[in-house]
Amino acid sequence: MTAERIYMDHSGTTPIDPAVLEAMMPYLTKNYANPSSLYTEAREVRTAMDGARQQVADALNAQPGNIIFTSGGTESDNLGIMGSAFNQKEKNGHIITTSTEHPAVTRTIEFLGSHGFDTTFLPVNEFGQVELDVLADAIRHDTRLISICYGNNEIGTIQDMKEIIRMAHERDVLVHTDAVQAIAKIPIDVKDLGIDLLSLSGHKIYGPKGIGALYVRDGLKIKPIQHGGGHENKLRSGTENVPGVIGLGKAMEMGKAGLTTEIPRVKAMRDRLLKGLLESQEETYLNGHPEKRLPHNAHVRFSYIEGEALLLNLDMMGIAAATGSACSSKSLKASHVLLAIGLTPEQAHGSLRLTLGKNNTDEEIDRVLEAVPTIVKKLRAMSPLGHGGK
Amino acid sequence: MYSEKVMDHFMNPRNVGEMENPDAIGEVGNPTCGDLMKMYLRIEDNIIKDIKFQTFGCGAAIATSSMMTELAMGKTLDEALELTRDDVADSLDGLPPVKMHCSNLSADALKAAIEDYRKKHQ
Repeated sequence: MTAERIYMDHSGTTPIDPAVLEAMMPYLTKNYANPSSLYTEAREVRTAMDGARQQVADALNAQPGNIIFTSGGTESDNLGIMGSAFNQKEKNGHIITTSTEHPAVTRTIEFLGSHGFDTTFLPVNEFGQVELDVLADAIRHDTRLISICYGNNEIGTIQDMKEIIRMAHERDVLVHTDAVQAIAKIPIDVKDLGIDLLSLSGHKIYGPKGIGALYVRDGLKIKPIQHGGGHENKLRSGTENVPGVIGLGKAMEMGKAGLTTEIPRVKAMRDRLLKGLLESQEETYLNGHPEKRLPHNAHVRFSYIEGEALLLNLDMMGIAAATGSACSSKSLKASHVLLAIGLTPEQAHGSLRLTLGKNNTDEEIDRVLEAVPTIVKKLRAMSPLGHGGK
Repeated sequence: MYSEKVMDHFMNPRNVGEMENPDAIGEVGNPTCGDLMKMYLRIEDNIIKDIKFQTFGCGAAIATSSMMTELAMGKTLDEALELTRDDVADSLDGLPPVKMHCSNLSADALKAAIEDYRKKHQ
């Protein structure tokens, strides 16, 4: 009980990297000027913001003019989806998304659905991937936008974005992707992809909370959804979150560099963790795709037990993790992602999500591989389902 | 979110496990909702001499089952039937409101077990 706590919920949030905090500090203290002002202090802040915008753009192979700073992933999704929907010449139209999106996308598209747009929520296969022929069949003459998450926030499944975008552009349809979980986990080159709109967030990549960005491709016009003084190229009014912007720039730069240094190490730990969990006992299964998954994501399910009980036991043993069980959610509904990949509610209840980060160690993997089977055995012994205890 | 008592009963559940040749069994809940509770009773002279439970469910579901076995042990069947979900919650120093209904099924499970016994011994 005296051992250090183990944090394995990096898809929930990440700690700020010390180098990111160091970059931000001057803008939380002495460099407080409003970058829209004209005096020397303000121009210095403006220059620093330009540098951060360049850092974000470089990490995506974009230009600084493509980057709009927002308050985070949710706002980026709202701006990208509503901003492009409301900019169409024709009124309304059709929007396609999937049944496994983050609520920031799902609720935004449902909102448009209640304001005159037609919407389609595509099913996914057992791995959580959109089947390309299903997508092809769903595209109509009046389809305006397709929004598909790049790497799923729960089960970590990576979509075939390049093919999705190619198919959409052949039919003159815009593509938005929520890349909040995929950024700094897998290489993302917006030019190579040809993506139209991409959302990202600071706090998932060792940056601060309350900052994110929307990438908008050259020549694409969108409408603002937050109105005011015309900041961020008139697309996102409100005095800029300067320390957040500086922190996001640094985090994006470090995240890009980490793709070849930190990520292979994290992936090796994740692979060992997954293998160990799946072999630890009977009736333990992988959720998501075996290969096309985010490198830090381990998502498994254990029959006959419930995730909240598993999480609380893990917490008592010093391990912070997540589940897809209804009992830990505010809605008391099982995860929509787990149901969409075809799990029954009772299967979804027994799920465990461990998402690794750069501060995790091999010793921590060992401790988790010891703790989880012990807890699962204990809970199975209490369960009236199946052959408890085995 | 949970009281210390809930956490204690959840981490160290009392009277947990299957009972061999019980005099009565009560089962309530539904694994689809994430809670399934099974109560086993050993009854002599209308008194609960032994009680055990098995539960598939969240922390609250396990803690309420455990607490109910302590409350019911040694009671007459009529006394046991008077135990309510509020008694269980109060004995645990309260439950989060969202857990009061879905995960606080042990009074129902006990009632089902006693009804099972009375049906067999009419």
